[in-house]
Amino acid sequence: MLDLIIELFKYIFIILIAMYTYYCFRIISKQEDSAKSFLCTKQKGIMLAIHFMAYFIIFMKSSQMDVIVFYLAQLIFFLAVPALFRVIYPKASGLLLNNMCCLLMIGLFMLSRLSFARAVRQFEIAVVSAVITLFIPYAIKRCTFLRDFTWVYAGVGIVLLAMVFIIGRVTYGAKLSFEIAGIGVQPSEFVKIIYVFFIASMLAKERDFYQVVQTSIFAAFHVIILVISKDLGSALIFFIAYLFMVYVATHNLLYLSGGALAGCVAAVAAYFMFDHVRVRVLAFTDPFSVIDNQGYQVTQSLFAIGTGGWFGMGLYQGYPKLIPVVEEDFIFSAISEEMGILFALCVVLIYLSCFVMFIQTAMRCKDTFYCLCATGLGCILGFQTFLTIGGAVKFIPSTGVTLPLISYGGSSCFSTLLIFAIIQGIYISQKPKNSGSHRNNNRNSNRRREEEF
Amino acid sequence: MRFPFFKSKRDTDEEYDLYEDDYYYEEFKEEHYPEQRKAAGNSRQLMFLTYIFVGVFLAMMVYTVYYQAVKSSEVINSSYNKRQDIFADKVVRGKILSKDNEVLAETQVAADGSEQRYYPYENIFAHVVGYSSKGKAGIEANANFTLLRSNGFILERIKNTLKGEKNIGDNVVTNLDVNLQKTAYNALGNYRGTVIVMEPETGKILAMVSKPDYNPNTMETNWDSLVEDTSGESRLLNRATHGVYPPGSTFKIITSLAYIRQNPDVSSYQFDCTSSITKDNVTINCYHNTKHGQVDLTTSFAKSCNSSFANMGLSLDKVKFQQTCTDLLFGEKLSLPFSYKQSSVSLSKDSDTDEVMQTAIGQGKTQMTPLHMAMITSAIANNGTLMTPYLIDRVENYQGTVMKEYSPKKSCTLMTGEESAMLQELMRAAVTEGTASKLSGSNYTAYGKTGSAEYNDEKGKSHSWFTGYATANGKTIVTTIIVEGAGSGSEFAVPMAGKLFQAYFQ
Repeated sequence: MLDLIIELFKYIFIILIAMYTYYCFRIISKQEDSAKSFLCTKQKGIMLAIHFMAYFIIFMKSSQMDVIVFYLAQLIFFLAVPALFRVIYPKASGLLLNNMCCLLMIGLFMLSRLSFARAVRQFEIAVVSAVITLFIPYAIKRCTFLRDFTWVYAGVGIVLLAMVFIIGRVTYGAKLSFEIAGIGVQPSEFVKIIYVFFIASMLAKERDFYQVVQTSIFAAFHVIILVISKDLGSALIFFIAYLFMVYVATHNLLYLSGGALAGCVAAVAAYFMFDHVRVRVLAFTDPFSVIDNQGYQVTQSLFAIGTGGWFGMGLYQGYPKLIPVVEEDFIFSAISEEMGILFALCVVLIYLSCFVMFIQTAMRCKDTFYCLCATGLGCILGFQTFLTIGGAVKFIPSTGVTLPLISYGGSSCFSTLLIFAIIQGIYISQKPKNSGSHRNNNRNSNRRREEEF
Repeated sequence: MRFPFFKSKRDTDEEYDLYEDDYYYEEFKEEHYPEQRKAAGNSRQLMFLTYIFVGVFLAMMVYTVYYQAVKSSEVINSSYNKRQDIFADKVVRGKILSKDNEVLAETQVAADGSEQRYYPYENIFAHVVGYSSKGKAGIEANANFTLLRSNGFILERIKNTLKGEKNIGDNVVTNLDVNLQKTAYNALGNYRGTVIVMEPETGKILAMVSKPDYNPNTMETNWDSLVEDTSGESRLLNRATHGVYPPGSTFKIITSLAYIRQNPDVSSYQFDCTSSITKDNVTINCYHNTKHGQVDLTTSFAKSCNSSFANMGLSLDKVKFQQTCTDLLFGEKLSLPFSYKQSSVSLSKDSDTDEVMQTAIGQGKTQMTPLHMAMITSAIANNGTLMTPYLIDRVENYQGTVMKEYSPKKSCTLMTGEESAMLQELMRAAVTEGTASKLSGSNYTAYGKTGSAEYNDEKGKSHSWFTGYATANGKTIVTTIIVEGAGSGSEFAVPMAGKLFQAYFQ
């Protein structure tokens, strides 16, 4: 009987997530705030329905009371956080809040299905992070001096990355993290943010050739340290963010094309210089020839996605645990296997809508520093998503980065929540205010938005 | 072009309503917010950035859809995919059927729910259909996933799930022809060896026999002795796809092609055969030391004159000869939908006289699978074009509704139309005036090449080869036969080919 419920639910999941995704893009294209607000409320309802259905199955399968407690705790979290946020910041973007909660929710129920203990741990981190991030938009709005810390950002970023290189733990062949008070921290997740701040503050001051060269040198430091730490995924993300920020700041397509060309040359050079790069490429071009070792992970991922098919196997009906490190790097394959490719594609679209929202926020910025910050963070979120999902479906070689908000990982979850909060801060502070006062005499612009999304 | 999601910036602000296009908008800002001009002017760049990311994401999504729609069925059928076992708990394994819907393998469910895989033809289809207990082989392995998928009527499947009953898996309909398979099986008798029958125009494999064989119904009880293989028979080996043999005189097809390619004026070729040829202290003898006298290419081929072909081999450019072999897929992948062994030929610019002469007559280090020989023959019969050999014609649900059809696929072009025409002539001559003359005077037109491949130092012990094809009433079939240790090709393999052609064209 439960099998039948799972079978039925898997189609409902797909319908619900498809509706949610559709509303995402409707909200982005809508102008009227009342319409946006209405759609956002609908989205919340859909989200909670998915959440309930998923935990219903998880409870029926595990029959543990812990699951109900955990579900209720999450329910409070998902109701309280957006509500609190809206109380403190009435002008916050509802869509961004929804997407943040939705991705977190998908991650949590998928993790619960894979490893309950890890889901609980992830939730704890999310709660702490969410409390901290409540203050971020305020800080963004008040702290006008954020742009003046240029060299502090560069210094802290490079030192943190260098520390990982020197004293870091080796996981899966790459140095990614070190321990502080018994907690494993992956500094590159946080350095990402201050790195964006660094580039933004550099290019907000000046954008002549000399400044770009200076910025490039320090950005290159970051990237090179990451490359020698064998954290290729992060190195790529840093590089792409730098490239697009310089392009947006300078309007010079030459920097973008030249940088992209240099990136390609560097990639080819890395292929011939580093063994681990060649291994990754081989596991990409012909994973079945090395299925017993280097190709194992990606072939397992392909088996999972292919076996699940369009509609998935249904929760608990697949074998996602056959994929090594499924909770971190390959959670997308687990989602695809059990929830279906259609569901997984909707998740991709939700990320895309987040990216579009980030860039939309950048576009409304009248302040170059915040504009570049939003651009850089958008690139980081978008490209990281692309790397991990592209790697899972073997569209590109796998680089071993996490899926923001969904993958298991405290640092990743915290830093992504920070990014969302920063964007909210920019969104709120850069919202066009009563800027039309000088036109009041010929236009009636007293009708200001009471509430905006 | 304006990206619809980005209207908001201007259009939501009433102040901007008047400013329809960018020009006025910029001017407006210039006037009122000069200090912010730079930042606000980023919109074009940001839009470009968005297009790039949206494009990349869409490409990734399209690829995912492509993967699922086109590639996944092949990928997930891999024996490394442990998920296949999940399905076995929920689905009764489907049937494997011949092209006339005769059952070759089916799962019988006893009253207590226990399942037994049953193969009505026992040993006859052993290697090609394979087995599914104690591991999997043959079609049972290739179509494992397909057999464990159930595409029955959806309501019925729901009903079964509710009742806790298993669904019935899909059936696999093969190209195999029971009559031809039986004929081949009986013709091979007690010999070890293999017979392949295929359609050159489609690549459909109609029969594939390999001996010694096993009874797939008794795998459980006989498994240990089959694996131990104390008698050295390799019963589990499908010799058609995984057995490598010296091709013997059948390789003269390839030598002829190399000669034709390097000598546009082949008709002028003449050689005086004195039953042997000696060069650099290496002597090659004709079979049974026959003296063939004055021969041209056609006679050399028809009579299978070793001396003449060794002579031809010596005249060839070694590198180009080797290239011709590569063109015919020696040492290359055959790109088949099932597993196989690669053939190999050892020729290079440093090859010595002995190696060149031996290779030219199909001895030496050359090793090839009977299936590869059948593929070359079928390309000759099909005017140079090789169709990918395949076993599975379609997949049906248990009620007979077609779920997936496999259509003939061109693999590659092995030779030009003229080259294949010349080889056809040579192979015809072998039937009309040469070693395969037992196939002449029938109601079909046969073409072929025999071979007696020596496989160890013991003189007089040889594998009996035949590869060729026959046409009648617009239909063509290819057969490749090898009988291990039986003797000459014309004595053993040719009459077997005759039986097969007879059975097919009757």
